[in-house]
Amino acid sequence: MTPGPAPTAPAAPPPSAPGSAPPAGERAAEPAGGGVGDSPPRPDGTLKVTGEFAYSSDLWAENMLWGMTLRSPHPHARIVRVDTAPALRLPGVHAVLTHEDVPGEPRYGLEVRDQPVLAAETVRYRGEPVAVVAADHPETARRALERIVVDYEVLEPVCDARRAAFDPDCPLVHPPGSVPLRPEHNPRGNVLRHQPIRTGDLARGRTVADLRERADVVVTGSYEVGMQDQACLGPESGLAVPAEDGGVDLYVATQWLHADQRQIAPCLGLPPELVRVTLAGVGGAFGAREDLSMQVHACLLALRTGRPVKIVYNREESFYGHVHRHPAHLRFEHGAAADGRLLYAALEIVLDGGAYASTTPAVVGVAASLGLGPYEIPHAAVDAYGVYTTNPPCGAMRGFGAVQACFGYESQMDRLAEALDMDPVEVRLRNAVGRGSVLPTGQRIDAPLPMAEMLERARALPMPPPPEAAPGRVDPLALPGGAGGAGVGASVVRGVGYGVGLKNLCFSEGFDDHSTARVRLEVVGGVPVALVHTAAAEVGQGLVTLQEQIARTELGVRRVALHPADTSVGSAGSSSASRQSHMTGGAVKAACEAVRARVVALARARGLLAGEGGGAVGGADGGVRLAADCLVPPGGAAPVPLAEVLGDAVVEETREFRHRPTSPLDPVTGQGSSHAQLGMCVHRAVVDVDVELGLVRVVALDAVQEVGRALHPRQLVGQIHGGATQGLGLALMEEVQVADGVIRNPSFTDYLIPTVLDVPPMRVEVLEHADPQAPYGLRGAGEPPTLSATPAVVAAVRAATGRPLTRVPLRPEDIALP
Amino acid sequence: MHADITLTVDGRRHQLRVDTRTTLLDALREDLGVTAPKKGCDHGQCGSCTVLLNGRRVVTCLVLAVAGDGAEVVTAAGLAEGGDLHPMQEAFMDHDAFQCGYCTPGQICSAVGMLDEAAAGWPSAATPPRASAEGAVAELDDTEIRERMSGNLCRCGAYAGIVSAIGDAARRTHAAAASGIPRPAREGGRR
Repeated sequence: MTPGPAPTAPAAPPPSAPGSAPPAGERAAEPAGGGVGDSPPRPDGTLKVTGEFAYSSDLWAENMLWGMTLRSPHPHARIVRVDTAPALRLPGVHAVLTHEDVPGEPRYGLEVRDQPVLAAETVRYRGEPVAVVAADHPETARRALERIVVDYEVLEPVCDARRAAFDPDCPLVHPPGSVPLRPEHNPRGNVLRHQPIRTGDLARGRTVADLRERADVVVTGSYEVGMQDQACLGPESGLAVPAEDGGVDLYVATQWLHADQRQIAPCLGLPPELVRVTLAGVGGAFGAREDLSMQVHACLLALRTGRPVKIVYNREESFYGHVHRHPAHLRFEHGAAADGRLLYAALEIVLDGGAYASTTPAVVGVAASLGLGPYEIPHAAVDAYGVYTTNPPCGAMRGFGAVQACFGYESQMDRLAEALDMDPVEVRLRNAVGRGSVLPTGQRIDAPLPMAEMLERARALPMPPPPEAAPGRVDPLALPGGAGGAGVGASVVRGVGYGVGLKNLCFSEGFDDHSTARVRLEVVGGVPVALVHTAAAEVGQGLVTLQEQIARTELGVRRVALHPADTSVGSAGSSSASRQSHMTGGAVKAACEAVRARVVALARARGLLAGEGGGAVGGADGGVRLAADCLVPPGGAAPVPLAEVLGDAVVEETREFRHRPTSPLDPVTGQGSSHAQLGMCVHRAVVDVDVELGLVRVVALDAVQEVGRALHPRQLVGQIHGGATQGLGLALMEEVQVADGVIRNPSFTDYLIPTVLDVPPMRVEVLEHADPQAPYGLRGAGEPPTLSATPAVVAAVRAATGRPLTRVPLRPEDIALP
Repeated sequence: MHADITLTVDGRRHQLRVDTRTTLLDALREDLGVTAPKKGCDHGQCGSCTVLLNGRRVVTCLVLAVAGDGAEVVTAAGLAEGGDLHPMQEAFMDHDAFQCGYCTPGQICSAVGMLDEAAAGWPSAATPPRASAEGAVAELDDTEIRERMSGNLCRCGAYAGIVSAIGDAARRTHAAAASGIPRPAREGGRR
């Protein structure tokens, strides 16, 4: 009566497998092609619009139990006593586990193994898991949690990130020596990583005071970025199924299957091959699913009870159950000559990492290396810190450290323009980076980066019509605050602002960043079909579409099927850092090229192709092309159907793809070519502000983005819209409000994300200057617009109000109160 | 306390016994295994669990299952009749009106219900007073669509596609009505 995926079946059915939804290439409305550069439908689209796509929270298995998590009510406390017996006595409860029941490694972590599976002696943030239960019904599980007795001795919370960074008397979140920090990251006190950068005279013993004297104008600012939540609509969830071989099969919504496997297996005391992870449908990610949430807990409960265990977080729990965007405290100083040319910058960036490391060290590296933004500044001193506090843990969110820095440097550019009485675009143009420019890390930009052209294009975009002039006659819906905003339009002022964001794409700092693809070509039902198998997580970005497009382009086949993403193939790396089109796209392309070479060889061996021909170069193998399900010989000979070439043969190749190596940053000077690729977006925001009520309506938020090459133009625009929408949210409404370590607004009533009414029509222009380092010349596109949208909106509000606005999200009182 | 209720879901009649505190959403998802409506917040804030209840759009997390006794529920899965996508679903595909897709079944049910509300002359806050006095909204412009769809969150930010998809579907429906093609029945019968 209750259908659901069988536990041994793939949790999310292969979206385009023969027999389920028709492959995109067969859709009647789709023009021939569907390859790279076209905009074919998403292969998982039919299942998604009918509600039949199986998200991780939709899974079901025969004999399944429900897992639930007991969380700490205190941000910082010592655990004195835990008594699980009353919970175990409740009928229907099958297991209650604490840290004592973790058979393997007690802690896990993406970069630093510092997060307990279940808290042992100490809890370090409110919401930290202390115990887990498995019961026959969610209500039974909830009641069991209420019966677990935990006595705490409350400790002083560490809530102030600047104090954690700089006050030697601040209590320590982690005892010295308890966290296996990387020694080069200065494991002093609560500082998880300090990354300095020194360039120019500031690397040669001169001080900021010296440079200050040489500057015609100096602007300083202290800025704050609030804690943003990814707010994926799909909650953390998954299903763990114990296997007969003593292992476990986990179906879960994640961004990185192999990182999950690598972290889960040691905690379970199992070899990785006994922890098989399959991607379930992912209801949004945006960084929130890069860390583990319920994965180990569900596996522990399944192995303990011998039954499938499903865990689904509720919305409030989700706010505690995943990492957030780091709140940031920024102190920026820039000096420039009278003509606007920047001379120096001194930046202090403090990022609140919360209780556990997550990806904080990498976030610090990004914030430091991109702290100056896309500007040429000869002398720079950057100090970026990531610290432990007892606030909710922070880690990856779209933009990853670059978002926070971007709000700082773009605010400074506007301040500089004001100080010089110069147009904000002009100031940016005078200092713009381009190909050949050198980042403060010493890395030379060696791909096209036409920032000046992008700014000029953004400035030239058509403006929206001016606001209705006559007060009282204005449509209230068109006013800031909408129909409920109580304004009449008398105090509405329009403002225009610009933002430019520079983002590293793919993983940085020497990480062995790679992806793996297995491609098989065979004849099924008389036609050639390519099967693409990767472990890459489709999170909504449309990677499944791109994988099919690449296979069509490279193999000339109409039909492509995708194997479910799982750990039975090599790692694809994370669906983050805007990297999957590049990395998994590159791996699929490479595997297809290898398959193609074998097909050509097969054709020769079978006498279907004359001549010698060369190796695989570009799209041609000795002039042979694969197109329209045929092998097309050079010189106008008749095409040979691939079905004839292949016969019964199955051609399968697996390839790993790596981007060029990157370097770590020197821990003292911050020098090193740490980034593989850079992306850029320019936003122009137009806002109407009710200056009396402090309400803002974004009238337009238009973008110009450099994408290298658009593989799927329609999905690409969707990525730019989505990134901009989240940037708009950070500018105007989104903040996880944390007071004394407690989240005060863990619901969608109080944590506001943009609705369809908050988001204006967004014009997008994409530039395609191919990056010769990347497959097809592409650049990842998901993150750069998230950077630039926020400062553009804030700049527009500043232009309308004249207020300094040093904190995001903006609050009405920041705008309206003198 | 438990109660025996009857629900017709996507044309299929179910009899079930529920705790009287069970929401319609949990009855659908957990008791009947109907997972097209998604649970995003369980508090009526996100709209992901929207279905058509006796032809009207509701968020099922705010309806008790017992209150739906005898009702007809149409989910996004039920809109696709006999494997053919509903015009709204086709429009969402054509306009790439989703990314992760989690809000999509709710968006689509909401949009279908919304077009019926507009056709029935229900005004929105964006409707000029005289338009509603005439009994029906002649044309749903983007402002109307945005206002009427503001209860459905999309975290991926696919709103541009959603607005254009709904406008497109509305025009297709309008054109179909003008050309004499009967509109699908809303009340009663399997959709």
